[in-house]
Amino acid sequence: MDILTLFLVVPAITILVLVFAKNLKQARIVSAVGMFIQFAMSLNLVFAYYKERQVNDDIMVFIKDVVWFEQFNIHYAIGIDGISVAMIVLASIVVLAGVFISWKMEDLPKEFFISLIVLAMGVFGFFISIDLFTMFVFFEIAVIPMYLLIGIWGSGPREYAAMKLTLMLMGASAILLVGILGIYFNSNADGGALTFNILEIAKVNIPVDVQKLFFPITFIGFAVIGALFPFHTWSPDGHASAPTAVSMLHAGVLMKLGGYGVFRVAMYLLPLGAVTWSNFFIVLSVIGVFYGALAAVKQTDLKYINAYSSVSHLGMVLFALLMLNKTAWNGAILQSLSHGFMTALFFALIGMIYGRTNTRDVRKMGGLLKVIPFISVMYVIAGLASLGLPGFSGFMAEMQIFVGAFQHPDMFHRVATIITISAIVVTAVYVLRVVGMMLMGPVKNNEFGELEKATWYERVGVILLLIPIVFMGVTPIWLSDMIRESLQPFIERMM
Amino acid sequence: MNLESFLLMRQELVLLAVIILLVIGEIFSNNKKALVSFAILLFVLHTVIGFFHLPEGNLFGGSFRTSTLIHLFKNVLNVGVLIILLQSADWLREKVVGEKKSTEFFILMLSSLLGMYYMISAGDFLMFYLGLELSALPIAALVAYETSKRKSAEAGIKFILSAALASGTSLFGVSLLYATTGTIYFEEIASVITYSNLSLLGFVFFFSGLAFKISLVPFHFWTADVYEGAPIGVASYLSVISKGSAVMILMIILFTVMKPFDMVTHKMLYIVSLATMFIGNLFALRQQNMKRFLAFSSIAQAGFILLGLMSNDQLGVSTVVYFVAIYVFTNLAAFGVVQSISFQTGKENIDDYEGLYRTNPKLSLVMMLALFSLAGIPPVAGFFGKFFLFTAAASQGLYFLVFLAVVNVTISLYYYLLVIRAMFLRKSDKAIPYFKSGLYMKLGLVIAVVGVLFVGLYSPIYEYIFEISKF
Repeated sequence: MDILTLFLVVPAITILVLVFAKNLKQARIVSAVGMFIQFAMSLNLVFAYYKERQVNDDIMVFIKDVVWFEQFNIHYAIGIDGISVAMIVLASIVVLAGVFISWKMEDLPKEFFISLIVLAMGVFGFFISIDLFTMFVFFEIAVIPMYLLIGIWGSGPREYAAMKLTLMLMGASAILLVGILGIYFNSNADGGALTFNILEIAKVNIPVDVQKLFFPITFIGFAVIGALFPFHTWSPDGHASAPTAVSMLHAGVLMKLGGYGVFRVAMYLLPLGAVTWSNFFIVLSVIGVFYGALAAVKQTDLKYINAYSSVSHLGMVLFALLMLNKTAWNGAILQSLSHGFMTALFFALIGMIYGRTNTRDVRKMGGLLKVIPFISVMYVIAGLASLGLPGFSGFMAEMQIFVGAFQHPDMFHRVATIITISAIVVTAVYVLRVVGMMLMGPVKNNEFGELEKATWYERVGVILLLIPIVFMGVTPIWLSDMIRESLQPFIERMM
Repeated sequence: MNLESFLLMRQELVLLAVIILLVIGEIFSNNKKALVSFAILLFVLHTVIGFFHLPEGNLFGGSFRTSTLIHLFKNVLNVGVLIILLQSADWLREKVVGEKKSTEFFILMLSSLLGMYYMISAGDFLMFYLGLELSALPIAALVAYETSKRKSAEAGIKFILSAALASGTSLFGVSLLYATTGTIYFEEIASVITYSNLSLLGFVFFFSGLAFKISLVPFHFWTADVYEGAPIGVASYLSVISKGSAVMILMIILFTVMKPFDMVTHKMLYIVSLATMFIGNLFALRQQNMKRFLAFSSIAQAGFILLGLMSNDQLGVSTVVYFVAIYVFTNLAAFGVVQSISFQTGKENIDDYEGLYRTNPKLSLVMMLALFSLAGIPPVAGFFGKFFLFTAAASQGLYFLVFLAVVNVTISLYYYLLVIRAMFLRKSDKAIPYFKSGLYMKLGLVIAVVGVLFVGLYSPIYEYIFEISKF
């Protein structure tokens, strides 16, 4: 059993064992154990990857290739590079934190954890795939449990939110299917055989008109889940109605599939199309960044604030990817990772606050810092990371994005960059406003004078997410280098 | 003609033997309930015998053809009918046989199946028509089987009138084709036919008759009412077996007889496919009754099948056969759940399914799997079927059609999720209480679920179909 397929086998076994779980206690312990093993494996993967890199110079390592449907040249093909490794670590940490945050999931616990882990399986499978068909299969597997997770265990207008989210995301993946087929049937442009394998297709010179036709289709197909404006509308309601762990997993990890897919598939395989369409999509992503931030300022519900904040930050990821140079791409991936941990942390904390005060309305709360110190301090830290304070993960990411963006000397890019940078100011507004209103000052509502302190499982979940944020902020270099190395072949393709 | 070549009709002969044995059993036995089990046992034997290898060849001067592909398809039909019989067994034992009705149900259904065998093995239009009629008439009786219900009789009338008209139209088309070519044998026609107004007209009329059986737009109007009025076992039969064999013979004729003017036929299929997908989906959105719901869902699925028919030989044929095989399992799983609930409680509306997961989890999960497969969500088989159909269409450069098809997939996901919403997301005090299905029903559901889960993932099945997809 190779090291990568284990990432699918472990969740599968966990699910199988979960089928026999009889109550909440058994379900959560099984899930925690399973996802902890996954987490340990992902850390191990980092070291194994480094060791492999000393001897192996290929684009992807730990490759395994098994023919699946011979007639279509579909393979179960997996492999990783530095970027995938980072994403896998992100996913495993967020899932594990999510399990701990859901420690008290009373209603249908077994089904909840099974759905959560199926989702996780889809995510891991997506990150390790290098065959378009396999990638697509895992992409859809990662999306569909959302309907049940939000619809059954969510709150508020959950049926509406679940349906809207599922239909929009599945609609996007349907469009993506057209893009994939387009790429597939042009993968023999140099006289070879038709193939779904990303590495092979990258060697082919697909005709320019084909690239120009299929790039927007593939880009939109992936970018909808990455909250591309104006297809982001599933996100606010979806995140707000979802249960805490689901929001964490969705905003923290699932939405990264969009940026990853854009990068790995749309830009890698259709570079000329990317160059042609970049200006158009830059406009959309800049609007997304600024609009998301402005909308967040207006919100009073904590979850909606965070949801729009995610739209804004992920817009920045797409913006960076569209800059088509190494520094910006480095920033994009760092931003994906940083935002992943950060937003998961935010949602976890919001869930904890909501569990205690039974409201998510910022105006109704105040002075919580004295009452629930641990949670409040964590919230402040998360907020500071969100607006890019040096010392936390957000700074390095955003700096690289803007340095990379500034390398384009033309007016269009300059204006776009300036607008995006100014969104940071707006971010500061909504972050500090919430912190000030909710945490600082006198205790507003007397009912909230006495709230339960953070429990052990909540602390574990939160610390798990905090450590990477600080780690990435203080010592980003090793991670940045690992990613930069893996970006090389992609940059060469763009030339 | 010697014994060996006569045995090319082995499947038909065995089925005929089964029917005769059933008639004999009917006459000489008094224990009607045991006859139901006897009939199922005989059919299991027939299915098993069917899996043995059959050589390729012609009979009756080319009227009857059999190839490995046709043989495989007959086996798929067998498995489908087996699942239907298993799922209907409890209903038959209690409601039908109990009221002193005999095992006509089996005899009628198996006769119809025999007709389908002949229809897909046809080597000329006469054999085709013989099969078409033999398959349609018993179904008319089956649709109206619950004579005490007015809806059943109404459905029966609608069906027989529409079917008769469709058969007549088809025959008229055949006569036009005969007029232009002077022969009714497929292979001879294929070599003689030229593109002319008359032959095109003949094809259009012929196609209309088959389009009726496949429930393509605009020949689909009978579908919802007939599925709603007929007993659920018969509705499943219509939606899967009848549709599947009509697709098969349409495919054979398109790829052999009509090959010379496939430019025109492809254009026609393009429009029909789009219309069918959209209308099927749009009407399904509003349905409350599960049977009508599944009826419109099957109409939309038929639209998808046409995408495969627009491709070149091996790819198109294999994806269509593959999809139909998967569709058999999927639809029968869905109908099976509907039948199980209907038999137990008589309830057939989506609203009645609210809160079903909390009381009957396994049944809900079967339904969820079936719906996901119908919607084309991985990793269940329906995804692979749809993906390959889209690949077949894309191979001809029909990207816009594929785009519209995936839009339809998303629309269809909405109404499939409505059922899941009722079962899983909602709680209800009036939820259907826990019940145990009979052994036969469980077996029927299990076979369907196994098919749904594994036919997709297990690639050798597709590879085998691809290999034998030649005429």
